[in-house]
Amino acid sequence: MHIQIRPILTALRRHKAGTLLIALQIALTLAIVCNALFIIHQRLANLSAASGVDEANVFVVANMWADLGQSTEQIDAQVRADLLALRQLPAVREATPASGYPLRGGGWDNFITMTPEQTTPTTDAAVYTGDEHFIDALGLKLVAGRHFRPDEVMVMGTQQAITPPTAIVSKALADRLFPDGDALGKSFYAMGATPSTIVGIVDPLHRQGVDQWSNTYAGQALIWPMRADDARGIYYIVRARPGQLADAMREAPKALFAQSRLRIIDPKDGVQDYATIRHKVYDRDRGMAILMGIICTVLLAITAAGIVGLTSFWVGQRRKQIGVRRALGARQRDILAYFLTENFLISTTGVVLGTVLAIAFNLWTVTRFEMSHMSMAYVGIGVVVLLLLGQGAVLAPALRASRVSPVEATRSV
Amino acid sequence: MNEAPRQRGDNRRDLRMFGHYFQLGLLSLRRNPALTALMVMAIGFGVAASMITYSVFRAVSGNPIPGKSARLFTPQVDGWGPQQNLKGEPAEALGYTDAMALMRARVAKRQTLLYPVQLSVMPGGNRDLPLNANGYAVTADFFTMFEVPFRYGSGWGAQDDDARAGDVVISSELNQKLFGGADSVGRALSLGGHDYRVVGVASHWNPRPRFYDLFSTSGFADEPDIYMVFNRALDLRMRTAGRNSCRGSLAYTTWQGYLQSNCVWITPWVELANPAEVASYRSFLANYAADQQRAGRFGWAANVRLRDVTQWLDYEHVVPPESRIALVVALGFFLICLVNTIGLLLAKFMRRAGEIGVRRALGATRGEIYTQYLVEAGTVGLAGGLLGLLLTALGVSGVGILFQPEIARLAQLDVSLVGLTLVVAVVATVLAAFYPAWRAAHVQPAWQLKSS
Repeated sequence: MHIQIRPILTALRRHKAGTLLIALQIALTLAIVCNALFIIHQRLANLSAASGVDEANVFVVANMWADLGQSTEQIDAQVRADLLALRQLPAVREATPASGYPLRGGGWDNFITMTPEQTTPTTDAAVYTGDEHFIDALGLKLVAGRHFRPDEVMVMGTQQAITPPTAIVSKALADRLFPDGDALGKSFYAMGATPSTIVGIVDPLHRQGVDQWSNTYAGQALIWPMRADDARGIYYIVRARPGQLADAMREAPKALFAQSRLRIIDPKDGVQDYATIRHKVYDRDRGMAILMGIICTVLLAITAAGIVGLTSFWVGQRRKQIGVRRALGARQRDILAYFLTENFLISTTGVVLGTVLAIAFNLWTVTRFEMSHMSMAYVGIGVVVLLLLGQGAVLAPALRASRVSPVEATRSV
Repeated sequence: MNEAPRQRGDNRRDLRMFGHYFQLGLLSLRRNPALTALMVMAIGFGVAASMITYSVFRAVSGNPIPGKSARLFTPQVDGWGPQQNLKGEPAEALGYTDAMALMRARVAKRQTLLYPVQLSVMPGGNRDLPLNANGYAVTADFFTMFEVPFRYGSGWGAQDDDARAGDVVISSELNQKLFGGADSVGRALSLGGHDYRVVGVASHWNPRPRFYDLFSTSGFADEPDIYMVFNRALDLRMRTAGRNSCRGSLAYTTWQGYLQSNCVWITPWVELANPAEVASYRSFLANYAADQQRAGRFGWAANVRLRDVTQWLDYEHVVPPESRIALVVALGFFLICLVNTIGLLLAKFMRRAGEIGVRRALGATRGEIYTQYLVEAGTVGLAGGLLGLLLTALGVSGVGILFQPEIARLAQLDVSLVGLTLVVAVVATVLAAFYPAWRAAHVQPAWQLKSS
């Protein structure tokens, strides 16, 4: 099939405005769609980040103390009694005291140095505290070394900065500090005067926040064997026996209130399972992905509809000319090819301009919002999608054009 | 003398023609239902996307204290030094030592220190469980500086700061929970095991963004329940319930040790009435930091900042990047919808080239054709605006899916948003119609008549 480009270009010159509008619309749509796809993909990748926690069975109790005047000893006695009560529940497999938990949405983190004198930190890590049951209570995977021993667990009061001599770290942190893979038994400093020696390595273990600033430290975490007996409150991380999460979540607060009523467990969000925790912490990411998804879909639909509308108009305008061409021997498929080629030429102009706009928009978000550079793959996908969209949109009016009878040539408009 | 009546007659004629064109517009809407529906939908979706994201953006980027934002400043002093500060910028809050020094100097007419506290209301009355109460430890000037409205009573005085009194101001919501909404001024309250006295009940007051505490909050937290005397909180050794940021090696094991550490957790604010006061406070800050260097406490040159509310909101990036990106993308979307509309209007108008030719041949001026088609486009815009309004209402109520709940809650469909939606839809469509209407007005009557 031989397609004449020159007559198409000549015809387009007579419809400058329409041609320009379609090309512009395709260009703008490409710019928005591939950036939106990029944002969606990035955000969805965040949503599925592994926490390391046995999320199906773990929940967190946020326990606040009502009496703020308790001594550290009083609090520690209460915490140990609470844990005993929790662990005795039939639906509970394990429980640990904690100062924070993965995906909490911000929390404690410390700079890490290799020597105490070092002023510029080597890196940064999320800090978790817990007793000898911490690893099992969260369902973390210990890939090297050992668990904490009960005699290692220290007590940290409200106004204290204590550095335990041992720590279990995430594999990401171990690899960052000791790239040769020999982290076990080595030590580091985490804003303390004394070092902590790595006795175990877990993989993975997500940090507490999901903010962009901490992305550089993704997966870097350390666990210190401590009961953080803060006067204000404590978290209990509880792992239910398989299939008994709901029972455990119902029984846990009851068991705690039976120990003492001078505590506050918020009836609304004092007890949260990991599905809820994950849902909450990724609010922003999910929202952005949904919004961009909606905008992409509607945008593509509107652009397609616009092309259908304008092409239909052109077909209507040129019925007589089409009839003349048909009368002069052009086959139906020649007419079809004419409109498809015309659209392809316009769309190609549009996507070339759109590629420039898309990259410019991405660079703007990079400088303005510290977003990352978009891979050209997104532009590629966008270009293919829009070219196909253009051809698809023009198909119906083009088919209608191809069915114009040669007799039209003899009729007046 | 004859001018006035003639003009009135003209106006009446214009109005009649406008009405006629409007009817023609409505008629034409029905003539190409598919094309019209397409345009109305494009405008409706475009304007709705813009308005939904704008309503969120408007809420998060507003000035929380419009009357005073240029007179309230937060001083910053670099206590960490060039190697540990925030890429050259001082910490976003002060440690105990610097905060107290600024307070004692009393250079500003009004000044306050604050940090978040977590308290509990002990069981009593018909409550058998304690109640959580979050709030701030503040100094007396807090209430006057930030114009906190009171339902009952008032804040406390400077002498109560000095007396380290157990005075508290509570929110109306907490007052409702504890005292059934009655005037509770003078009533006793047991918080976290200590006794306090209510001196004031604040009316609903929760400026958003919460400019005064951007160190611990992202600016959109729930209304605080309670405000207590700063010195009293220190006496009770209450650790901040908000952020605490430290540098270097930490080894404190007591409250005193913590106070003397380099940890920052207190937000200071000063009220400065005019540029002269600002200048003198600025030099006071620089001198203070220089004194600390001379005294050997800081091993670096003075590095201080004094930002007002607007600068502080900007520096702390209070508007979530999501909100900005969403707005920009939505506006881009609207732009595409308009380009789409231009094309469709062009098709719609030119399809009637024959009709225009006849009208021109019968004596209609270009101006009349032009006006007729602009009015017709305005009709399309109005229809699009109504659809947009519907979608905006739907979107604003479902915006919780798209933004964090504390921010989504701020998006509201009020009268101004309704008006804006309609105006934007109509104006944008009429603008989009300029070119198609111009083309329609320039149809050659003779040429059209000939070919039909």
